[in-house]
Amino acid sequence: MRAAIDGDAAAYRQLLESLSHSLRAATRRGLAQAGATMNDVEDVVQETLLAIHLKRHTWNSDQPLGPWVRAIARHKLIDSLRRRGRRIEIPIDAVMDFLAADEPRSDLDRQDAERLVNDLRGRQQVIVRAISIEGQSIREVAERLAMNEGAVRVALHRGLKALAAMHRKGHEE
Amino acid sequence: MKTDDLIAAMAADAKTTEMPIGRTLSLALAAGVVGAVLVFFLDVGLRPDLASAFASPRFLFKCVLTVMLLISALGLVWHLARPGAVPIGWVIALAAVPALLAIGVVTEMIALPPSVWESRIFGMNWRICMGLIPLLSAAPLVALIVALRQGATTHPVLAGAAAGLLAAGIGATLYATHCQSDSPLFVAIWYVIATVMVTLVGAGLGARFLRW
Repeated sequence: MRAAIDGDAAAYRQLLESLSHSLRAATRRGLAQAGATMNDVEDVVQETLLAIHLKRHTWNSDQPLGPWVRAIARHKLIDSLRRRGRRIEIPIDAVMDFLAADEPRSDLDRQDAERLVNDLRGRQQVIVRAISIEGQSIREVAERLAMNEGAVRVALHRGLKALAAMHRKGHEE
Repeated sequence: MKTDDLIAAMAADAKTTEMPIGRTLSLALAAGVVGAVLVFFLDVGLRPDLASAFASPRFLFKCVLTVMLLISALGLVWHLARPGAVPIGWVIALAAVPALLAIGVVTEMIALPPSVWESRIFGMNWRICMGLIPLLSAAPLVALIVALRQGATTHPVLAGAAAGLLAAGIGATLYATHCQSDSPLFVAIWYVIATVMVTLVGAGLGARFLRW
């Protein structure tokens, strides 16, 4: 994380990948304990990773990283369980629909996640999509869109912030 | 989007970092104190007998209390801005403030005959105290809440309340150099009510603005 805060993208990527494995395991355990379905595991993992990314300036580099990550993961898991609780307080008809729709649900989830990116505004969407799904570098995107690299960086950062905000709102609907 | 794709996007964003939260809070604190001091000198002012007040144990006791409140709330805010638990030491430091005040009240009641208690409780200007402490706390509270939004508190209401306590500590410390009612009996009622008011406002702002 120290290297990442100094801007070492490769080290940072490695860290996020290893964190994503332990987060996935922890999220599965947490959802199982709460008796919730496993459909939202990836959703919670992504929201937690985004929170870690966007709040990494709140990590005190004198302190170990583990407790800080666990506190964020716990916060995000509880948050998502609470929202799920709210979702259950809806009329019985809607619950029946929800149960009926249980089968193809994992498919829906993938569409939901896809929709989050689709809901990003114009340039942010192009840039986030290019760098994440298409695996391009900042420089390649900048050349393709005839923007300077700084502007691409800003748009990428804002796009990630917007994604985190959508995760929060998406659950509340 | 697959999680690995998201990780690629975040790794590409590695260079864009925000200011460390400690620095953000320090800047907010400085701005809030400057705001409060400006309000103080434009609208309130020092008491005329400030120099001689330093010889009064009651005045010194009052200042020790407000500064203790300020410092313990500072520790709480700095920890609550980050995810995770708050070290118990800062909670004890905060709890020491009302404990010390209670000792002061008992001492005052032993030192003074009951016939003057009432005049000490109401002092010269309790209404002004109730108005000015929140007024002086306003700028620090707003600045701290704005800074805490950059943080990542896992306890939004507590973080807001701690910001309220810190703002009240700043307001009360400044106000203590204006107010000529130094009796612990006065402090125990009016300063406490004003502090609780600011803390509740802070908790409300925390609930509203510090969720993430």
